[in-house]
Amino acid sequence: MTDHDSSQPLPPLPGHSSRGRLERILRQGDFAITAELNPPDSADPNKVYEQASVFEGWVDGINATDGSGANCHMSSMAICALLTRTGHAPVMQISCRDHNRIAIQGNVLGAAAMGVNNILCLTGDGVQAGDQPGAKPVFDLDSLSLLATIKQMRDESRFLSGRKITEPPQVFLGAAANPFAPPHDFRAKRLQKKINAGAQFIQTQYCFDIPMLENYMAQVRDLGLDEKCFILVGVGPLASAKSARWIRANVPGIHIPDSVISRLEGADDQKREGRNLCIEIIQQLHEMKGVAGIHVMAYRQEELVSDIVHQSGVLKGRKPWRKEVNPGDYAAAEAMEAILHEVD
Amino acid sequence: MASTPLYEPAGTNPIRRNQRKYTVRRWSVRHARLLEWFYTVFADLLLELHPLWNLIGYSRVEGTVVVLERAAKGFLFDCQMCGQCVLSSTGMSCPMNCPKLLRNGPCGGVRANGNCEVEKEMPCVWTEAWKGSQQMKGGDKIETVQLPHDQSLRGTSSWLRSTAMRAEERGK
Repeated sequence: MTDHDSSQPLPPLPGHSSRGRLERILRQGDFAITAELNPPDSADPNKVYEQASVFEGWVDGINATDGSGANCHMSSMAICALLTRTGHAPVMQISCRDHNRIAIQGNVLGAAAMGVNNILCLTGDGVQAGDQPGAKPVFDLDSLSLLATIKQMRDESRFLSGRKITEPPQVFLGAAANPFAPPHDFRAKRLQKKINAGAQFIQTQYCFDIPMLENYMAQVRDLGLDEKCFILVGVGPLASAKSARWIRANVPGIHIPDSVISRLEGADDQKREGRNLCIEIIQQLHEMKGVAGIHVMAYRQEELVSDIVHQSGVLKGRKPWRKEVNPGDYAAAEAMEAILHEVD
Repeated sequence: MASTPLYEPAGTNPIRRNQRKYTVRRWSVRHARLLEWFYTVFADLLLELHPLWNLIGYSRVEGTVVVLERAAKGFLFDCQMCGQCVLSSTGMSCPMNCPKLLRNGPCGGVRANGNCEVEKEMPCVWTEAWKGSQQMKGGDKIETVQLPHDQSLRGTSSWLRSTAMRAEERGK
């Protein structure tokens, strides 16, 4: 792997849909880690690289959100295209809220051409949740028909209309799941539907309630779904009891039990306690049957991710990809230093 | 940002607009089994009348049927006339009333009380659909993946379309 240029796709392998690292790690059976990048409100590409650099060496994939919470930021497709240049493994998110089927299919081809190997298919939050409530919600497709559409493009080399695609997009398809929202007895069946529509990996909503997740995973295992897709459970550090209360009241679909809030409230250093809680949850998830990895969402606390992953010990010594320092760079640095000394 | 707006048009507030409608909609879900039976009989009747529709011409009856279909399904289900009816797969809860137009199941934003993320007074269309499907004989159809909705069918009659399709199948 060392002589491989990481901005180029990996050699194709039988049984793999994509030529990306994330799918390899999961199919090898390693406990995978993905993290969510905070998209910049800026046209500066360096902001993207700065955000990505804090994850380097600790994650197997970086999710670029697509207008998360219906707020405007740099587009997922552009962030992913930037990240592929430097060899990162981005997960492009597509939200049905903002694009119709014509735009989506075009973007899928474009993203694949830019070297994006992973796509997460989402419905998206309603426009009322974000900073542009006056926007027209599109919702031409839903997350499942989106999965089915991209699967058809990849496996049958055809657009939704049936028109031929000459080079299909080789992508690893993902979907989201929320094990913590009603109707609870429908959620595992809904996951099955997503798998039937084409989902190969799943990233879930934040988990703060292990018993509720265990209940869901029992249903998932009964249906044999953990054998058919890779489930990455969402985790993240809570900054304080106050912010946990705010999230619970204002962010749709996040379930935080009272016990978590009272534990944070009782702590001297709430931020530290939030981090410790996150580490404990990760360790419990690592032991849970059917969980293939974690998806860390540390919004505005991204710098904590490496420490959280390290402290949890779930990598067990495995070192995810990081940018190799070019030996030529050392030589250049030494030459520069020599020149500077001469000036002195 | 969260201040009360000076003027809020009464008719466009989604909550007020929908409040009076939920009663019948929820009745239909509670009686999903009955409606399923009725629909089977009704669909067969429409199929038996296929020679008549053919004689007059499907396109000529369309206008009249659309008016009747909109009135009946509008009253019972708050039907939005998507033209590709899936009520029999969705527990008699019309998915086009979902603000995100989801045709395959609930989103992750459903509130703990089972209400919609967007319209907080409205019971989630899909928590209702799950309840309805539990009573129906063909309740398993909720597990079928619905492919993208053909938006060009909006406003057309689903009844005639499915009758014509069944007639064609029967003729094979």
